Amino acid sequence: MKEYKLNQNRAPIYEALQTFRNMRVVPFDVPGHKHGRGNPELMEFLGQKCVGVDVNSMKPLDNLCHPVSVIREAEELIADAFGAAYAFLMVGGTTSSVQSMVLSTCKRGDKIILPRNVHRSVINALVLCGAIPVYVNPEVDRRLGIALGMQREQVEQAIRENPDAKAVLVNNPTYYGICSDLRAIVKMAHDAGMYCLADEAHGTHFYFGKGMPVSAMEAGADMAAVSMHKSGGSLTQSSLLLIGPNMNAGHVRQIINLTQTTSGSYLLMSSLDISRRNLALRGQEVFTGVVQMAEYAREEINAIGGYDAFGRELINGNSIYDFDPTKLSVHTRDIGLAGIEVYDLLRDEYDIQIEFGDIGNILAYLSIGDRAQELERLVSALAEIRRRYQRDCSGLLSQEYIAPEVVKSPQEAFYASKKSLPIEQTIGLVCSEFVMCYPPGIPILAPGERITEEILAYIEYAREKGCSMTGPEDAEIRNLNVLKEETKNGIMV
Amino acid sequence: MELWFSEFHTPDVKHSIRMKKHLYSKKSDFWQIDIFDTPEFGKVLALDGNVMLTERDEFIYDEMITHVPMSVHPYVKDVLVIGAGDGGVVRELARYDSIEKIDLVEMDPQVLEACRTFLPENACRLDDERVHIFYDNALRFIRRSTGRYDLIIVDSTDPFGPSEGYFTKEFYGICYNALREDGIMVNQQGSPFYQHDALEMQRSHKKIASTFPISRVYQAHIPTYAAGYWLFGFASKKYHPIDDMDTTRWKELGLVTQYYTPKLHIGAFYLPAFLERMLEEVEENGKEKEEC
Repeated sequence: MKEYKLNQNRAPIYEALQTFRNMRVVPFDVPGHKHGRGNPELMEFLGQKCVGVDVNSMKPLDNLCHPVSVIREAEELIADAFGAAYAFLMVGGTTSSVQSMVLSTCKRGDKIILPRNVHRSVINALVLCGAIPVYVNPEVDRRLGIALGMQREQVEQAIRENPDAKAVLVNNPTYYGICSDLRAIVKMAHDAGMYCLADEAHGTHFYFGKGMPVSAMEAGADMAAVSMHKSGGSLTQSSLLLIGPNMNAGHVRQIINLTQTTSGSYLLMSSLDISRRNLALRGQEVFTGVVQMAEYAREEINAIGGYDAFGRELINGNSIYDFDPTKLSVHTRDIGLAGIEVYDLLRDEYDIQIEFGDIGNILAYLSIGDRAQELERLVSALAEIRRRYQRDCSGLLSQEYIAPEVVKSPQEAFYASKKSLPIEQTIGLVCSEFVMCYPPGIPILAPGERITEEILAYIEYAREKGCSMTGPEDAEIRNLNVLKEETKNGIMV
Repeated sequence: MELWFSEFHTPDVKHSIRMKKHLYSKKSDFWQIDIFDTPEFGKVLALDGNVMLTERDEFIYDEMITHVPMSVHPYVKDVLVIGAGDGGVVRELARYDSIEKIDLVEMDPQVLEACRTFLPENACRLDDERVHIFYDNALRFIRRSTGRYDLIIVDSTDPFGPSEGYFTKEFYGICYNALREDGIMVNQQGSPFYQHDALEMQRSHKKIASTFPISRVYQAHIPTYAAGYWLFGFASKKYHPIDDMDTTRWKELGLVTQYYTPKLHIGAFYLPAFLERMLEEVEENGKEKEEC
């Protein structure tokens, strides 16, 4: 076990809630369900123990907006466990952590250097604050059809060309488990006077597992958005924001409070508290088990034939600087099925829900809660899918990364006058909304980007294969919102 | 002193057996294993508090899951038995000289060990030279096998817990694939009586019916199982459970049984109306889905 400064056996919020429960306090405050009594159906569904601690901020339980006692202690314990200067409990999902990172470091008109395969929450943050994205186009693995990490030279070039940029944002790792050379990127950013931000939505376990890629805090990054609810085991929508020593914690708290609820849920906060304790005490052992399961599954899936469950062999020292060994990604094109088709078959035919399927791959999420017996089901179902549905793969499109052309800042484009046009008439125009496949929720088009024939062909193909497309006002994506006029390039619509 | 073992058949129905003595209690990697002696049912094996077998009525289960397929398939040489760590099914199979190989795949070595010690009547043929014991998850054990067995007997625990994977479409699919082109799979199919059990029974029947060309259900009366009423699934690539049964051949073997008879074999496939409807309901849904 790692050495910690604080006593990681403690769980202050959890302990305070236990004490609160035993005190049998009479509630004449919100929430109005009063420990569930006012909503018997909800209590029956969720259980009395659960609704009984759905309570409001009060002196013995502290206040998330301005923590001074148990929440503050819980945050200090998290900072200690994650090796951060300070940590914030977040109750608006990792989306809120990501937005707080961007809003803490960029304001209107500031540039931020980031890879194109960022989560939508990053670009949403740019819409909110008016910062301008400088995309580093990621290298693409042609065979797998996935975007990789950022190459050092590309980041260096982006920094050189945009010395006024305020921050560099890095996925650590990507949805597929691919890591960039974070230490080198942190150094480049700091040398240029920029902050380095890490989206660690898929990286909680980097802080606890053995032999994992480097975590953002260890690499010296200034801020990290960590989805405890993904690999860490806390409740959905709970998250963490970590900061390094260069950040002003008070300022970051102000930024968080701009958009965060004043009624932070104690269900979410206690789940973060208990999960942190579990990870600090048992994380190493737990994630060693997860890695073993993932390695075993990779071997077994590759033994079926046709599938490629890829892993650390992809590491190339730069755009795939490291690989998260807990990720179970499988390339399916060689059995003649798109990843999304395998994803649908697993759910509809075999009652197995995996994380996502894209054009060429599926991703099964392994974590703290998995058992060997379910893994045997997954592997067997993949063997069955191959036996029953395998077909010639020549008709399948390989997924291409399409480099965006940013014409306007996301904020400008989002709020500009726009009109709705049938999608086929939008080639060459500037989009004012998002189009993305969900999951993984990485934009195909973001506000302010030029629509091309290639992009429309991709949208059509993804839709045909059954990808869930989201973003535009028109849920069917028959129409797209485009900017009304674009004077710079002389195109009038 | 009164000492009673109770098992909840539903949250509102309890089945209790007076105990004489608790003989064995151990927590394995998979479940809590208990063996105890009772005045009425003799020794009882329970996993996670659910009765798996009693000395008094195990013959019904073990005979019905074994002799039904054995009197239909004309030349069973290779058999795979899944679960069945008590050895009862192997004991029945070992009575057939024509069988050349019996692979027994049990996930928990502790169950076998306990049964060898306390239930020797069941475990007596586990050392037969045709029997090969593998401690493994059956999904893993057979998913790389194609056309290797004539008969697969799935003697699993209930579909809630470690055996859940043995009630899935992927499992039935890999069993289908592991069988020769005239192979048969027989499984314990649960009980149709209590609603919770009935739903699971329907779910698994639907999956089997969409995997095998012939899928029928047969019944037996087993006093210590939920509602005393139990079902087995007969899934087959070629042979029909009644039309293809060879009574003469089976009788010539001269096996003495306590429950199974060729006449009962036929009768066991005649089901009550409510059960027929439950099965038809999912068979039709299954077909519609296949057509889409």
